[in-house]
This record gives sequence, C-alpha cells and structure tokens, in this order.
Amino acid sequence: MAKTVALTGNSACAYAMRQIDPDVVAAYPITPQTAIVEDFATFVANGNVDTEYVTVESEHSAMSACIGAAAAGARVMTATSSQGLALMWEMLYIAASLRLPIVMHNVNRALSGPINIHCDHSDSMGARDSGWIQIFSENAQEAYDNTVQAVRIAEAAQVRLPVMVLLDGFIISHAIDRIELLDDEVAKHFVGEFKPVYPLLDVRNPVSWGPFDGLHGYYFEHKRMQEEAMKRAKGVIAKVADDYAKISGRSYQFFETYRLDDAQFAVIVLGSTAGTARVVVDRLRESGVPAGMLKLRVFRPFPAAELIDVLKHLKAVAVLDRSEPAGGLGGPVFTEVRSAMYYLDQSPLIANYIYGLGGRDVGMFDIMKVYSDLHDFVEKGTVEKVINFLGAKE
Amino acid sequence: MKWDISKIKEWKYYEHPQASTILDAGNAENYETGGWRSQRPVRNTEKCTQCLICYIYCPDSSIMVEKEEVVGFDLKHCKGCGICAEECPKDAITMVSEADLAKEGE
Amino acid sequence: MANLRELTRKKDLLAGGHRLCSGCGASIVVRQVLMAADTPVVVGCATGCLEVSTTVYPYTAWKCAYIHSAFENVAASISGVESAYRVLKKKGKVEREFRFVAFGGDGGTYDIGIQALSGALERGHRMVYVCYDNGAYMNTGIQRSGATPFGAWSSTTPVGKVTTGKMQERKDLTAIAAAHNIPYVAQASPSHWKDLVNKAEKALNADGPAFLNVIAPCPRGWRYPSDKTILIAGLAVETTFWPLYEIENGTWKLTNKPRERKPVAEWLKLQGRFEHLFAPENEALLQEVQTRLDRKWENLLKLCGES
Repeated sequence: MAKTVALTGNSACAYAMRQIDPDVVAAYPITPQTAIVEDFATFVANGNVDTEYVTVESEHSAMSACIGAAAAGARVMTATSSQGLALMWEMLYIAASLRLPIVMHNVNRALSGPINIHCDHSDSMGARDSGWIQIFSENAQEAYDNTVQAVRIAEAAQVRLPVMVLLDGFIISHAIDRIELLDDEVAKHFVGEFKPVYPLLDVRNPVSWGPFDGLHGYYFEHKRMQEEAMKRAKGVIAKVADDYAKISGRSYQFFETYRLDDAQFAVIVLGSTAGTARVVVDRLRESGVPAGMLKLRVFRPFPAAELIDVLKHLKAVAVLDRSEPAGGLGGPVFTEVRSAMYYLDQSPLIANYIYGLGGRDVGMFDIMKVYSDLHDFVEKGTVEKVINFLGAKE
Repeated sequence: MKWDISKIKEWKYYEHPQASTILDAGNAENYETGGWRSQRPVRNTEKCTQCLICYIYCPDSSIMVEKEEVVGFDLKHCKGCGICAEECPKDAITMVSEADLAKEGE
Repeated sequence: MANLRELTRKKDLLAGGHRLCSGCGASIVVRQVLMAADTPVVVGCATGCLEVSTTVYPYTAWKCAYIHSAFENVAASISGVESAYRVLKKKGKVEREFRFVAFGGDGGTYDIGIQALSGALERGHRMVYVCYDNGAYMNTGIQRSGATPFGAWSSTTPVGKVTTGKMQERKDLTAIAAAHNIPYVAQASPSHWKDLVNKAEKALNADGPAFLNVIAPCPRGWRYPSDKTILIAGLAVETTFWPLYEIENGTWKLTNKPRERKPVAEWLKLQGRFEHLFAPENEALLQEVQTRLDRKWENLLKLCGES
C-alpha cells in the first residue's frame, strides 16, 4: 500500500535511497544536502540498508570513490551541493565519460563567492557540460519520484550515463511537504537488479579502465559515443516515465505545461519557482490575461523539439534563470530556449530574467511584473531589454 | 583473439568499447618496443649460473624464463637499457650495439 | 618468504610492450610488488608516468584488472573499488578473494594526492598503496615535488645565479603514513628485491591499509645512463638516503642496516641533477646535504631502537 507522509525534500531523497538500497554510497556533507547523508547514515546504522557507506574526506574523493565502486560493478549513489559539486568538477566529466550510471542528488545552492548557502542554480548549471543527465524537481514529491526513475534511466543499456537529480536548496530540501511514497517492494522491483558493464571484479575478464587516449588515439570517437548516449537518453527518460506512471499514478514528461495551450504570454521556469508561477498564472487569468507557464524538468538532454512545439504559438516568452549569464547572451536556460527557437519560422518574443541568486526570494509580484513586461514587449513589438535582473537592487 | 584491434584505425566511433575500456588484458605484448633499442643483451650461457637476478631487475619483463631457468631475451620488447648486463653477478651478459650487428648482417 | 625461483613461477602482471623509458625504475617496482600477490588483484594508478605509459589505448600492459580515473585520487578510487568488493562479496555476487593495490608517483602521493591517501588510510580500507618515488613530477618534465631531495636540480628549481636547486627539505611521507596508525608501513627499494617482495607480501596480508614507499630511480630525471637504475637504488640505501625499514602495528624496525654508511656524495655524484653540488663554490651545500642526512639517520635509529 502506497503511503502518504510529511517529509522534507532531503528526507524524501534519503527515503528513496533507502528503498533503492544501493551497493555503495560515498558522500561528504555540505549544506543544504547534509540531511540526505545524515538520514542515510541512520539507515545504515540501523541495518535498514545493506549499503557500504564510505564517509570520504572530500567531495572530490566522494565522486572518485563512486567511480571506483561503479567500475568495480556496484550500484552507486551520492549527493552534494554547490562547492562540493564544484570540487568534484573534474570527476563529473570522468564519471560521464566512463559511462558509469551513478545517481546523485545535487541540492541546488549558490556557488561562492561570496559564500552563500541558499538556493540558486549556478552549481548544477556550471556542470551542464559534464555529460550528466540533469533532471529538476519542483517539490519533494518530484525529488522522490525523480530519484527512483533516475536509477532506471542511468542504468539503461542504451544510456549508461550518470544522472543528477536536482532540488532547490532550503526551499525544497528543508521544507516539509506532503508526499506519496511507493511501497518498498514496488520501488525495489522498479529499479531492478544492477547489471555491471566490464566490472573490475570479473576475474575471468580483467579489463583496463581509464586509458590514455592521446593525439594518435580515439578520444574524439569516445566522446562521440558519449554524445550518442545522451541523445538516446531522451527516449529512455520518456519510457521510464511511462513505466513509473503505471506503478505510481504520477506522470512525468520532459516538462510540464500549465494553461499554456491557449496562452499568449508564458514564463519558463525550473524548480520550486514553478509553484509561485502557477499561482500568478491563475491570478492573471482571473483578470483575463492569457497567461501560461512551462516548468522544465529535463535540462540535459535538452528537449528542444518538444519545447518549441508547445511554445511556438505564444506571443512572448520570459525565461527565468536562477543563475547568472557570466558574460553570455543570457542565463543557461534562456540561451538554450532561444537557440531552440531558431528552428521556428516565426518565434515568440523572448526575454531573460535572472532571478533568485543567492536565495533571493522571488514572489508573486515579481513574476507578475514579468508578465506585465511581456505584455509591453508585444505592444511595442520588440524586447527592449533582453537580459533583466529580477529582484536585484538596481 | 580476445579483442581484435587489427582494423581499429578504420573503426566507426560506435565500434569502440563503451567508455574507452581496454578489453584485452596485457595486449601491450602485441606492441613492439624492441625497435627502441640501440644495443641488445647477449648472454654467455657458460658463465650464466641461472641466478635469475636479471629476471627480477628487468623493467620490461623481457627476460624469458621457462621452468625456473633463463632461456633468452624477449627482443620484441627489450629496450636495451643494460640493467641486466650491469647487475649480472657473473658478467655473463654483454650489451652489443645494434648498429654493429646490422653491419655484420650486411 | 621470497625465493627467486618461486617468483619466476608467478604470473608477471605487467606485460612487456609498455612505453616507459628504457631503464625505468617504476616498472621494476611494479613487477616486484605484484609478484607478491597470491590472489586476483585490482590495480589503480594515479595519472603519471606509469599510468600513461602502460595504458595507451587500445593497449594495456596490465594483465590484471586496472583502473585510472584522475591524478590526485587513486587512493579514493581504490577505496571505492574495495568498498564495492566488500559489499558485493557479502551479497554473494563476487566469489574470489581480491586484493587492491594503488600505484601513485611521488607527485600523485606526496603532494596533490596526500588528502585522498590520508582519507583512505584513516578509513581503514584493506588496500595497499605503493608510492613509486622518483623524486619529481617526472611525467610532465621533471618538476619538483614534495619528495624532491634538498639541493636537487629540477625544472622548477633549476640551478641559477641566485638559487641552486631545491632549497626545501623533502617530506617524510613514510612517517606521515605511519602516523595514521595503520597495520603496515614500509620503505623499500627494487635493488633489495627480497626485502621489497617480503614487504609487499606483508602489505597484502595486512588486515587494513598498508603503505609502501619505494624508491624508483629515473634515468631521464636524475640524469644517469639507463643501466644504472638498480645500482643507484642500491646506493641510495647504502648511503641511507633511502633507508629500508618497516612499521608493523606501530613498531619501527630497520630491515637493512648498512655495515658502513657510505657518504652520500657517492650517490649524488652519479646523478646529473646533483652535478652543481660538486662545484667548489657549493662545498658548503654538499656538506649540508650530508649533515641533514646524518640527523635523519640518527632519528631513524632511535625510532627503530637501534642507537
């Protein structure tokens, strides 16, 4: 019997990890991920899991140990945030290129400096080229559901790529929410048995992992293979979501639209801000504004074709980025969406709103202002300022 | 052969093993480093007492041993470093110049 | 107990055909250490000479399972492999008994790798960490490391008008490893193969982490002809630059005490990287090298209960 409980986002993630019962977890604490590793440590101490829990001395060693364990033939999970993710940066690329199906929670937190422990997406956005699949969660329920699905996505034979499950630091990780949990047996059955590829511990077939692939080698070909796997991941993500719907009753796609079909103005958002945006859409609709919203769930691989299909009818779109442009043409989500729109013969007006950096709160009125701007852009027929900073004192 | 890489230069990207893993343990044996050397070891079987010191000191695993006795040098891999000659307690190994051998061969 | 005839019957886990330099000390160390193994092993390698030269895709010189991931983390990677082994063995998914050996150069061990090493030793993984100490970052072109000897030339501590080689003392990593209270720590040399193989055996049988620091002379970096590798390793031992000792469950024991300690100059003069020490204006520096070594030797004798 599925049960409904009140859990924080972090506890929901740890709960999922308990049900998955990975072979090895190698992790290091960092705010706001800490409760995941602490909750899990309690499960280990009480024998609720058979996991070998390695309390490493840094995040770089955490990912290194995960890589060693996964290559050895074990199912591996870990979690981190911000500086921890940044510290393991080189290992992220290596984990992906070694095609290891590691599942990691990254509780989104602003990257230093200045040092700030609150939510923004700069950490995972900084790792968007690492070759990891990136799936965003709006709330604790999604964090839980995404974790269980992530294992199947990562381990699919045509994929074999690590998956990052993202949830907003403090806003989701530390807030208690009502969530529906699968039965232990159902979750365990869903993820299934781990099938290792070229395991180090196969005594009959000793292999060498991580060779030197130099100038006269085949680095380019190996990277090409990796890209191909990322492409195939899209189909697998959809299939796993279908299977998950059957056992949970909850459906997931690459993104979720809200009142978008007949909208003229829309906001694209990732993570918890979707909740606020939805309320704003309803309010605006009450006053007759044709507002809609799109919450992007899968950021890597980026679902361009599917996205522009649902956006193309809009008059204006605002992309909300919770990380800075850093000299680029906008935040990461904006640049991807606008690039995708290049395929359209006629694309909506599009603007970028950088918001919520360092945990700066974004409220209904902030988002209402965005829709108001969109309306103005359409009136004037142009986007006056492409990149806007929503909520900064300027 | 465990893993046939004879045509690897023509492989399409998807023909490589996943994650650039090398599937044939020890296949470096098929790669000849013997061409590196400018001198090669020659053993005087009369002086050799089969102490096996050359075996334990060779950086390239190129002292061939069968049934606990040295039988020769693996010239496909020997780089001619000269450690075996230097360390042999009976001076049973001398290093001979490849250039000289080549000349003799002419 | 190591016996050469018996050792020839062991599988040589490092195949010929690797691209290490002619006369390289590192491969001799690897061969000797792995000959002590009686079970299947998984080898980990830090980025460096050994790693790069033994696994040029699509060739591998390793006849056993092997993994390389990055430079500073072989201790952490192997911790992961060992952890996976423990849990999978418990679950009955792995039948055979394995041992885990991590190889790192002094670069990947003394300096950038010291954190991962320390963490792995503290956590008590059943693994053997072997540092092949060639006294510099050799793979990138002989730059100084924390293991480079005092007074040595290196490409980042060159001999010039103002400075004459490395002016800092080298780290005592063997003592640092011992400070982690692990079951077995030892210093060894490929020149003293019997001592090394015995130590490797002890390390592999230790019920917990073991650390072996092994001198690995480098013809390129130390500037000597390739046939002198074993000779130079042996002299390092005889001059007590590289004393042979072990620390078994906290007890320090000398495993080799030279009958007469040769002056370190006999070792230095064979290597081009110390050539400048023999210039007349550097006489004081040369003497300083000996003085510092004498002090270290005295300390070691005390620790080993030999003075």
